[in-house]
Amino acid sequence: MDVILFLVFATIAVVCAISVVVQTHPIASALSLVGVMASLAVLYLLLGAEFIAMAQVVVYAGAIMVLFVFVIMLLNAGAESKSGRSLVASWLGIPLIIVFLGLMSFFAQRWLPFADPVRFGAFKGGSPRDIGRALFTQYLLPFEVVSVLILIAILGAIVLARKELD
Amino acid sequence: MEFFVISIIKAAVVAFVLLTTLAYLQWVERKVIAHIQVRPGPYRVGPHGLLQPLADVVKLITKEDVLPPHVNKFAYLMAPFLSVTMALISISVIPFGDQFQAFGYTTWMQLTDLNVGLLFILAISSMGVYGVALAGWASNNKYALLGGLRSSAQMISYELPMSLAIAAPLLMANTLSLREIVQKQGGYAFGFLPQWNIFQGPMPQIFSFFIFIIAAFAETNRVPFDLPEAENELVAGFHVEYSSMKFASFFMAEYANMVTVSSLATILFLGGWQPLFPVTLGSGLVAPAIFAFAGIVCWYHALHPARRGDRKSLPVFGTIFLLLGAVMLVPSVAANFMPLFWFAGKAGFLLFVFMWIRGTLPRFRYDQLMSFAWKFLFPAALLNLLLTAWLVAWVS
Repeated sequence: MDVILFLVFATIAVVCAISVVVQTHPIASALSLVGVMASLAVLYLLLGAEFIAMAQVVVYAGAIMVLFVFVIMLLNAGAESKSGRSLVASWLGIPLIIVFLGLMSFFAQRWLPFADPVRFGAFKGGSPRDIGRALFTQYLLPFEVVSVLILIAILGAIVLARKELD
Repeated sequence: MEFFVISIIKAAVVAFVLLTTLAYLQWVERKVIAHIQVRPGPYRVGPHGLLQPLADVVKLITKEDVLPPHVNKFAYLMAPFLSVTMALISISVIPFGDQFQAFGYTTWMQLTDLNVGLLFILAISSMGVYGVALAGWASNNKYALLGGLRSSAQMISYELPMSLAIAAPLLMANTLSLREIVQKQGGYAFGFLPQWNIFQGPMPQIFSFFIFIIAAFAETNRVPFDLPEAENELVAGFHVEYSSMKFASFFMAEYANMVTVSSLATILFLGGWQPLFPVTLGSGLVAPAIFAFAGIVCWYHALHPARRGDRKSLPVFGTIFLLLGAVMLVPSVAANFMPLFWFAGKAGFLLFVFMWIRGTLPRFRYDQLMSFAWKFLFPAALLNLLLTAWLVAWVS
């Protein structure tokens, strides 16, 4: 059952990810990205990380991608026209991807030969309580640094927007 | 095997009851609005217009299904599907009542209890925005586009105060499972005051209850925040190009969202299925008393009919109400259905508030809507969360 669900949603994730790149219309790309996020959430669920799965949907699919779609709709961006592809890209693109994937799997095998295979539902420490405790004890400094970083980004956005108004 | 059979039966019952409720909410809303405006409301189809929902369904199904030209077909067809699916899924984690015992089987009055149930509802409802936004964009119509844009901006803005308002009672409940949240609110202070989150110490959640309700009105696009479908500016907003069952799905999604939000407010703040006062003070008699009162009122009006049809229809309803009241006195039935009665009563009252406000308040202006969310509701929710956190930490 788990394996079937994994195969189904992993396939959906990969197909949607390809579709993000292939689609010419920005809204279609954004929607494919939502599909990727949602199927990744299901994969997290299969691992047994319920909180991370829900956070994935709430934050990425529910908030960030809604903003993306909102902006695309607001600008009313039309479909992009396809440019003539460069010869290098069309001839070397696919072989280079295969070589890259091969190198990745080779090094993964080389450096992590004894890593345990992933088991469904075996992920421990994914409950909201555990994550909260880890965030506020072990990882307190990185957590706070990230939040300050986001605050700086928001302030920067406001400053940029203000300048345009004047 | 037994588990599967019970689950399928439960799912079928919940789906049937929910869909019937959605159809009749429409009737109730029209009646409530009509009585607020001193007119009788739907009256032609069936006694007191009771068959009106059925007639509406037949009308909507048999209507011509128009597919306008120049729409983005895929998104246009997916939008109503998406919004009605997302609206109906979230009911699966709502606990309607306590344990249910019948024919030797014991089960919970809830389809499934996730340990992240609350987050699940938030996640599903945040995905519901896509239905509205896509419908507005795919229709290729400026009114629809404006409605969709307004709706997505509004839902993103009001999700923040809503989540913060939800977080405050969670600090007191210390769990994300909806069933456990309700169980934590059982018991009574001083022997009569229920320990619901809006009454319970260390910080009574009365403020976050109101913030939640206000944000919920905006999330469900209801008056006074129904800017996405403001008739006088946008014709019908995001669903202006939809007809037949596709239009009906948006309608159903709106009512299903109302049901979910009312149930969520009941669970988080009003103690779910916990009765208002202890059984020792006679809370078990409330349901029979209400049904008996309704039955007597029906019989009185049947004997003094204001309209011709009342002589035939009202005795039937009066007898049904009296029978229901008598059945609720049977101990085994009462043990199973009393929690459901309290849950339905509280959620039903909140649904009535939705309609009451629709009949009372005018619509906000769009800039008022946004500044209200960001300059008042959000800081208020933040302050409430901070206060609750301090008090909870101080007490423990």
